[in-house]
Amino acid sequence: MTSAAPKRKLAINRLRDRKPLDAPAIDRFLARNEVPIVEGARCTFLCRGDADEVLLVQRVVGLPEQIPMRKLRGTDLWYLVLELPEGSRVNYQLEVRRGGEVERLNDPLNPKLSHSPVGTSSVCFGHGYETPEWTEPDPAARRGTVEEIEVQSRALRRDCPVTLYLPARFRRTSTYPLLVVHDGPDFLQYAAAKTVIDNLIDRFEVAETVVAFLHPKDRLTEYTNSTAHSRFLTQELVPRLETQLPLMGRPSGRCLMGSSLGAVASLSAAVKSPGTYGSLILMSGSFVFTDIGNDHGGGPVFDPVVKFVNRYRARPTRVADRVFASCGVYEPLIAANRSMVPTFESTGMTMRFVETRDGHNWENWRDTLRDALSWVYPGAQKFVYE
Amino acid sequence: MSLQITLLGPQPRPNLQQAFRDLDAEALVATVTAGWQEREVDDAELRELVGLRTVNLALHARCMAVYEEDREYAHAEREHGAALAELRQLYLVQLDHALSAAYDVARRSDARPRLRNRALTDSLQVVQLLDEQHMQRVSEFQQAFYDAWRPQERAAVARHRDEIQHVLEGSSALAIAGGHVGDLARVLHLFHLAPHLPSRVVAWSAGAMALTERVVLFHDFVPHGVAQTEVYGAGIGVVHGVVALPHARRRLRVGDPIRMSVLARRFAPARCLVLDDATRVPLDGEGGLPPDARVLDLEGHIAKLEAA
Repeated sequence: MTSAAPKRKLAINRLRDRKPLDAPAIDRFLARNEVPIVEGARCTFLCRGDADEVLLVQRVVGLPEQIPMRKLRGTDLWYLVLELPEGSRVNYQLEVRRGGEVERLNDPLNPKLSHSPVGTSSVCFGHGYETPEWTEPDPAARRGTVEEIEVQSRALRRDCPVTLYLPARFRRTSTYPLLVVHDGPDFLQYAAAKTVIDNLIDRFEVAETVVAFLHPKDRLTEYTNSTAHSRFLTQELVPRLETQLPLMGRPSGRCLMGSSLGAVASLSAAVKSPGTYGSLILMSGSFVFTDIGNDHGGGPVFDPVVKFVNRYRARPTRVADRVFASCGVYEPLIAANRSMVPTFESTGMTMRFVETRDGHNWENWRDTLRDALSWVYPGAQKFVYE
Repeated sequence: MSLQITLLGPQPRPNLQQAFRDLDAEALVATVTAGWQEREVDDAELRELVGLRTVNLALHARCMAVYEEDREYAHAEREHGAALAELRQLYLVQLDHALSAAYDVARRSDARPRLRNRALTDSLQVVQLLDEQHMQRVSEFQQAFYDAWRPQERAAVARHRDEIQHVLEGSSALAIAGGHVGDLARVLHLFHLAPHLPSRVVAWSAGAMALTERVVLFHDFVPHGVAQTEVYGAGIGVVHGVVALPHARRRLRVGDPIRMSVLARRFAPARCLVLDDATRVPLDGEGGLPPDARVLDLEGHIAKLEAA
């Protein structure tokens, strides 16, 4: 009979057994280990310093938002061991309570940061998660160009800036599909959208595509089932681009993409103009709904969203040929997004739903771009045999 | 004049000198690198590997020049391309269901083998019918386009065709590199190379595919799962009874005998020729595969032709 190899103790437990457990021992421990310490599914978060209490703050659905860390006896080292499933990526901060003061900060022992329009947070890469290499600049990849244009909109009563991406080798004698991206500047800045699209096109995983990155002015209005925004897209922006650029000009060559409220705006525009857009990419859609009553918990901003989603769920219609939807399983929106899958499928739209072990953040949407874009606009990968 | 054709697998440094070793030192070798698209001109290494005088037929550049000179034709071809793309999408929708059914039937373990094999044969016939009908539709579309636009009579195309024919007549051999097989096959057809090939032709990867009667696209490892193996259209048809599969081990689930068996049976009696790295397959005097060529057998395994 063979016996299983004994389980190796966690690093933090090996440290606890050390004698003497003094400051130099902790210095050496921290110098030797990358923090958080990832040992299989178990991740050890650490914080060092004098404090009355230290808490790990994160928004993983199913875990308390604030989890107290424990102090290693006789030291100033605080720790917490969390089990994270394979491939997880978790944004977090630390809350340090000292005297009457409370300080919330990024983990000073962890250099990895997640960026968003509201600031940064620390990020833990669980076992098996790696930043996809196709999200990093590839010096060998041909690069597309970007230019800023303005589209006068009567619907929105303003000049709308649009960042226009033209793929490398763009030719007027060719024709291209169009991708319209909500929250364009954020996708470019926080989801590395240009780098990702350059790389995926260069690798023939995604078709050469013209991309219009939209700049919202007031996204809480424009992206919450706004008729004006939908009119801008369908009656102003898309016709203008199709007149001025060699675009396919057919539903199969039009796709709306958005994350969070941007996904609501994408679905809303498609619902208001069924058959115009062949594909939708809906990432972590804020598809908040109620089955009974009005207590949706999202505040007044979500009232029009809930009204729209409730109406759509009551009478779902086929608004595009293909819908790609995704959501992080650690997001509060995961249940709502899962609930939309059978709703979409019931209309006969071809549906692809992808779940990630991530939260409601830009890196999650960045990491999903390859799945989404290569499905909606597959590249010539199948044609290329070097 | 019989053609002496050699098919090669993916070649980072194509072994061309062996294929051309008995040519006269003054022989001219025409090259086609149109599969590299706008990188067609980056052929310095290829010229060096040939080791003889070379001339690049520059089919991609000529095609771009035709589009520039004859905008009306360019527009028509673009529309034609869009129609073919729609046709392909409709075929893929049908194929997806038909192939899934064939795999499901092949994997059923709760049926008697005799009954399962019959059902699999029926499922494969449906797939083959879709393939044949798609080839037929594509061919009809192409013919209708050529009849309507008669590229051979359009000045820009005709001039390039004459120039290419002239070069080929003075060449002892032709080397066709890989790349984008769709673009490659398109320009080979547009400039009508097939009747003017020199007696010796060496082609690798997409180049090998473009020589066959039927170009089959495949990739089992696309980002969103598996892409169905599909019939794309006609190559220039100088290699008969062969489905060329470059990069087979990298692009196909060769460890899945059911899937591979379906592939081999689907295209039988044509042979699914495995063109892996550095493979060299000289066809015999009648264009047949040599006995040691590696093919997919009907059980879904890679085997030498003589044993398959």
